[in-house]
Amino acid sequence: MAAVLPSAAPDAAEFTTFGSLTALVPRAIEPLGPQYLSHARRVLRGRTWSEDERIQSELNVKSVEDVDGDDEEEEEEDPAMLAHDPKEWKSQDHYAVLGLSKYRYRATDEQIRRAHRKKVLKHHPDKRAQAGNAEDDGFFKCIQKAMEVLSDPVRRRQYDSVDEAANVAAPSKKSKGNFYKLWGAAFEAEGRFSKKQPVPTIGDENSTKPEVDHFYNFFYNFDSWRTFEYLDEDVPDDSDNRDHKRHIERKNKAARQKHKTEDTARLRKMVDDCLSIDPRIKMFKEAEKKAKEQRKWEREADARKAAEEAKKAKEEAEKAAKEAEEKAKEDREQAKKAKESAKNAKKKNRRVVKGAVKDANYFVEGTASGAAIDAALSDCDAILEKIDDSALAEFVKKLTGLSDAGAIKAVFGETAGALGGSWKVVA
Amino acid sequence: MSEEQQTGDGAMTVIGVSFGNANSSISFTGSDGNVDIIANQDGDRSIPSTLAYVKEDEYHGLQAKAQLIRNSKNTVTNFRDYIGKQFSEIDPTYSHRSAHPVENAGKVGYQLDVLPEEGAEPKFFSVEEVAQIHLRRLRESAEDFLGKPVTGAVLTVPTDFTQKQREELKQIATEAGIPVMQIVSEPVAALLAYDSVTYGAFPKDRIVVVADFGYTRSDAAVIAVRGGMYTVLATAHNYELGGASLDETLADHFAKEFEKKNGIDPRKESARSIAKLIAECEVTRKTLSNSNSSTISIESLAGGFDFHSTINRLRFEMLARKQFDNAVSLVEDVVKKAGLDVLDVDEVVLVGGSAQTPKILSRIEAIFPETTKVASPSGKALNPAELIARGAAVQASLIAGFEQSDIDESLQPLVANAPHLAKSVGVVTADGSFVPVLESYTAVPIRHSAVFEVPAEGGDVLVGIYEGEREIVTRKVESIKEDKDEEDDLDDEEEFSDEEDEETREKVLKPATKLAEAVVKGTKAGGKVEVVINITADLKVSVAVREVGSGAVRGELPAAEVQK
Repeated sequence: MAAVLPSAAPDAAEFTTFGSLTALVPRAIEPLGPQYLSHARRVLRGRTWSEDERIQSELNVKSVEDVDGDDEEEEEEDPAMLAHDPKEWKSQDHYAVLGLSKYRYRATDEQIRRAHRKKVLKHHPDKRAQAGNAEDDGFFKCIQKAMEVLSDPVRRRQYDSVDEAANVAAPSKKSKGNFYKLWGAAFEAEGRFSKKQPVPTIGDENSTKPEVDHFYNFFYNFDSWRTFEYLDEDVPDDSDNRDHKRHIERKNKAARQKHKTEDTARLRKMVDDCLSIDPRIKMFKEAEKKAKEQRKWEREADARKAAEEAKKAKEEAEKAAKEAEEKAKEDREQAKKAKESAKNAKKKNRRVVKGAVKDANYFVEGTASGAAIDAALSDCDAILEKIDDSALAEFVKKLTGLSDAGAIKAVFGETAGALGGSWKVVA
Repeated sequence: MSEEQQTGDGAMTVIGVSFGNANSSISFTGSDGNVDIIANQDGDRSIPSTLAYVKEDEYHGLQAKAQLIRNSKNTVTNFRDYIGKQFSEIDPTYSHRSAHPVENAGKVGYQLDVLPEEGAEPKFFSVEEVAQIHLRRLRESAEDFLGKPVTGAVLTVPTDFTQKQREELKQIATEAGIPVMQIVSEPVAALLAYDSVTYGAFPKDRIVVVADFGYTRSDAAVIAVRGGMYTVLATAHNYELGGASLDETLADHFAKEFEKKNGIDPRKESARSIAKLIAECEVTRKTLSNSNSSTISIESLAGGFDFHSTINRLRFEMLARKQFDNAVSLVEDVVKKAGLDVLDVDEVVLVGGSAQTPKILSRIEAIFPETTKVASPSGKALNPAELIARGAAVQASLIAGFEQSDIDESLQPLVANAPHLAKSVGVVTADGSFVPVLESYTAVPIRHSAVFEVPAEGGDVLVGIYEGEREIVTRKVESIKEDKDEEDDLDDEEEFSDEEDEETREKVLKPATKLAEAVVKGTKAGGKVEVVINITADLKVSVAVREVGSGAVRGELPAAEVQK
């Protein structure tokens, strides 16, 4: 126990100081441990001890409030529910008993724990005894039973599986109203049984095709944890009739299987129904049809374009062929003409050359003898025979305008020299 | 530190790494808050800090340690202390039987034969590279166990590690893929682990001696625990004391025995004989910690002769008496260095594998008074060989949620260095005794309160605030054994303890300097008075005294000073 303080003299002053602390020693604190973290926080944030304590406790209070602070209003307690026979606990609505009927399968363990505490405080037999009706602890038993079921994850699932109140009936095919709202609620309720979470939602009219496909695929391949043990007939636990016990067990098993099959079929039908009247599916189909047509039209447009182009190409090719033919013809004519003119030119040139021989008086002085004329002409013929057209033209060009026999002979000589061979006169 | 891992899923996987000279441990804090040591792939929780190469094959841990016998020149061990040191600074004593440290381009390292070809030049491995491989192996073991990449770690180092060595280690660890969040001192980590198991988040204010008996060296530290914060008052080291020196003692003993039988001294025979002998002596020593006698048997120890022998604990304790004396003087030294008396020590925590030797425990228990609690190795949570790694994991889990910049900020000297009270501050009670409100060695800023009772009749109460002083009172005890003492004089062993019986020494707290007086008027009978002393960061000392449930009498003392 704490030490005892001495008594004070009656006239002592409230507070007297006598001295100060011995000088403090600077040392290094090892930066370890939870308290060092607090120390670092105080130093770095510049808080005093009390400030830090206050701020931290405020933080703590806040986090506690977050956990505990639900001031939501309580649900009404149905008198019929209060009068429920605890022996018939299987037929009671456990969520309603704890006042959680608006949460149902969505209630967290924390919510259940808190709801239970609240209900126990309210309906505890001791409380009732104060109010005068001590004997009536039926509802308290119901609460305990509800907690027993809902606090055990396995039993809670079994109860959730058959919790009719959480089911949302699938709308009929003909039901009017907002398709998404009606079916969405049904599928959301159905989705709670999925082993795979999160469950896709039905979406709305703006959902894309992959989203809608995913939604339907999910529900067609639905992996459900729903079980029907809760509906089991009670197996008698007396050991004197084992056969009977086993019979009941078998029956229960068969019933569970049957329920499960029915449930699967029911869900399948529900998805089928929904799919058959889903406006988006119609929309997608139409869109697809349109797209198909569009594609077809596009494909055909291509073909058309190709044909047109082929035709054009053909025409062009024909035109080109024709042009080429005409050009060839023209060329041929041109060549013919050129040939003829060349021939004429040659003839003319030859005439000029022969004329030139004559002008040069057959390369002799005075009157030319017959032999000299022969020799000169035969030379001239030989030259003309040997010479090609261009040289001839050159030759003629040199001869043109010449009248002097010597000059003509010199030209002849030069040309003949270039041609080579033996010459009688000109060489 | 790898960014994507940090920002990945937000969940940090943090581990504690105790990187020892001889053995290393990795640890983590589970989701239930319990610390566990992680075993490596071989199933070892204490992983030898050893690395061996057989050609290009790399061995690590216990497998590498086995290579010390056949392949000692390619086996590296006891390299932790070389990190960040010059060749001239290292003490290669413990590398005689493994690869020798060599100097290469100013770096300490090892020449290891790792190339597959015959006659190839040995490859140079710097100590940093070796440490990096070792740490990488540790990380891989941790990741294998946790199934997640490690995103942060707290590493431990001895108190004599320099800043440079710490930086170097941090760099090595980062390169080995271990993002270092913090490097902490081994004794403080061990104490943190011990406290978190024994006291939870608010350890008792006390003075603790942490004595760490490792394999190659032993360290001791005096740590003041004040308000859950740890301040190291003194440290002492003995680089010759540890499991290795105990093994050496045993080896000498057995070698002599073998020589007597077979005429061959295995210590002079071959390096392999020595390695075999030492390895078996280590096993024998560990066995002797748990049982009263142990056998040793080594096939073909030297000259083709096998060796079988037995030894009992008493014999071992006699042989190793010098080592135990050293252990005791290490602890005595550190207490003296801290300027304290053994009576001031409230608790002793033994750390390290060699601390499991029963004689070390009993010898240390003997030097402290009965009031001092000596934490003996007991139970899984307090395995002395694992305490350091556990402390690292505790610290890692504490800071796991913080940003690295916040952690670094909190390590600044500005935060870590704080003035500490030189003397305790307390209140003098009716019977004249001194009751401390603030213990000496308490770091400021601090605010602490204590509750006192008022006299039975109530009325005005005087609260005298004093600075306290510890005094050792030596009191002669009327010895009834005095005659007996003389008879037993020849028995050296007994004399020591008998001398202790002659007088008792006691620690007494006395009020020394009067600081202030406050009066609480008109208290009720059976009431309580709370005294709050608050010392702020700027060393303002304020005292508030009030009867519980009413207004306070407040006053301020002249501001204190810090010793230059």
